[in-house]
Amino acid sequence: MRRKRGFICAIVALALLVGAGVQAADPIKVGAILSVTGPASFLGAPEAKTLEMLVEEQNKKGGVLGRKIELIVKDSGASPEKAFSFAKQLMEEDKVFAIIGPSTSGETMKIKGVAEVGKTILLSCAAAEVIVNPVAKYVFKTPQKDSDAVVKIFQQMKTMKISKIGVLSSNTGFGKAGEEQIMKLAPEHGITVLASEVYDKAASDLTAEVTKVKAAGVEAILNWSIEPAQAIVIKNARQIGFKGPIFQSHGFGNIKYVEAAGEAAEGVLFPAGRLLVADVLPNSNPQKALLVKYKKDYESRYKEEASTFGGHAYDAFLILVKAIEKAGKVDMDAVRATIEQLTGVVGTGGVFNFSTTDHNGLNIDAFEMLTVRKGKFVPLAN
Amino acid sequence: MNPDLFFQYVVAGITYGTIYAVVAIGFNIIYNATGIINFAQGEFVMLGGMTAVTLSRFLPLPVAILGAVAVTTVIGAVIDILFIRWLRGPSVLRMIIITIGVSILVREAALHVWGESVRALPYFTGTSVTSIKMGNVYISPQVLWVVGVSAVAVVALSAFFNYTMLGRQMRACAANRDAARLCGISAKNMVTLSFMLSAGIGAIGGAVVCPITYVQYDSGTPLAIKGFTVAILGGIGNSAAAVGAGMILGILESFSIWVLPAAYKEVISISLLLLILFIRPSGIFGSAEEARLKEF
Repeated sequence: MRRKRGFICAIVALALLVGAGVQAADPIKVGAILSVTGPASFLGAPEAKTLEMLVEEQNKKGGVLGRKIELIVKDSGASPEKAFSFAKQLMEEDKVFAIIGPSTSGETMKIKGVAEVGKTILLSCAAAEVIVNPVAKYVFKTPQKDSDAVVKIFQQMKTMKISKIGVLSSNTGFGKAGEEQIMKLAPEHGITVLASEVYDKAASDLTAEVTKVKAAGVEAILNWSIEPAQAIVIKNARQIGFKGPIFQSHGFGNIKYVEAAGEAAEGVLFPAGRLLVADVLPNSNPQKALLVKYKKDYESRYKEEASTFGGHAYDAFLILVKAIEKAGKVDMDAVRATIEQLTGVVGTGGVFNFSTTDHNGLNIDAFEMLTVRKGKFVPLAN
Repeated sequence: MNPDLFFQYVVAGITYGTIYAVVAIGFNIIYNATGIINFAQGEFVMLGGMTAVTLSRFLPLPVAILGAVAVTTVIGAVIDILFIRWLRGPSVLRMIIITIGVSILVREAALHVWGESVRALPYFTGTSVTSIKMGNVYISPQVLWVVGVSAVAVVALSAFFNYTMLGRQMRACAANRDAARLCGISAKNMVTLSFMLSAGIGAIGGAVVCPITYVQYDSGTPLAIKGFTVAILGGIGNSAAAVGAGMILGILESFSIWVLPAAYKEVISISLLLLILFIRPSGIFGSAEEARLKEF
């Protein structure tokens, strides 16, 4: 009997010891709210895949500061309401250290306040400028600013001597934010917007919209959306005989749209990060090595083309890891403050230089003007 | 508005209208045989498009489309046999819930099979930029394909329902299931057949419209909503009326852009649906007399 009790004691002690051991190497929990399915799945799916790949890689190297990373992915299906409840769940139940995502601007704006009140680092993968302007202490974002994309497009229009344009945008957070920036920035760049139409994100044919814009006598069409509709716009515009140049937002950076639009995609102009043209970048480009590696890793693992969107998640994860390493401890406030001090971080979207007033860290140089030639993305300059 | 612009809007409206009509016809077939609305109809359209895209990688286009229609028809039969056939005298509400469930199931399955990316078939004639110019109005050859295929489908269906024994048996089942059974018609087989037929029609529609609209695992639902609106608008059960109603809705939508911001385009169809349900639930082309005799 006594021997038995002693045995049990030993087991309990052992269990406690093992338990304590686990405690010390507790993984760092990182939440991710991404639109893995739904209308913005082309953003969320590559983002989720990228994160899974990176976390696995990082854990193989021994994690961060000796602690493994545990990734918890929540699929919001691009619904701001779902993103909201997932954010609460991740913060209150899972007690995550940081949240990566959401994929879309509308969702991010919905949870910006939650992250701020809950004092949890939020690294958004969405583009809209309002996410970081005004600056919220805990909210950062990795995609390039949409205002920079607009300016880049306007500069290109100026060199092409285009001044009268028609604008089409979708009724999503991304479309709305882009349209606002276009309207705000057009006058100072000498661009007149003759017609502006907002369409439904699930639109299946946009002939009527492009007809109206064409009838206004525009020299170029600028479309701002992230849905399949952006491929439908160019097709319909060409079908009704619009001959002028068509510009798209940085949301066009997915080769699937070029495939879907076929011939109509030829010559479309859009600003984008350099991932899409990684292979043809000059070797002197600081991003080249990282871009080529990410593209190769992603494509060999998932058997699909890497997109700039997956890159946004890559950058978010990279920044988080760099900040934790630099801070030297897994402490929310220390890491948050460290992100604000990160400079010269080479990511997929550009070279990040954060500050207390800039929670994006990228400027207009992060964009390269691209076009479509023979069904492929190429830099316009080449 | 100059005449060129006017006709360009008309062409755009016809494009929208035929796409909606193709979906509406599928609703009508199952309604005609069973008296229920199959809310998974949009998924048949999506399946047709998706399967055709997949098959077109290694088969010539016409064969791929036929293959897609065959596959979707089989899926239609399987859905009926698994979820509907074994029910004994199910209520309308129960059937609606079942078909909504099936639609979610099919959508999620498609997500797992095909992933989330957008696909499209090549244009049947020419490329995505080809258009036929009539005066100053441009029309894509694919629109003519959609119009042509819908026209053939409507004619073939009305011939089938009015002049063949099988078609009449299906209608008899819808009119009075018990009486039909007394005449020796297998109601259950007729329902399975109607699911196959509407899945097939949906798949043809999906393949023909997918160069225009593209196809994605979740592209069926928005189409189903429009198709449902059109089916109700025309008078449920009547395929020729669905084409007329599709044209009305399509042209209204395309002209709405002239006066309203494009974002309000969707408001038109929903308002129209509500208006019809309040004022004339039997549809524009349906008879009120007949509607009173229907169960739903």
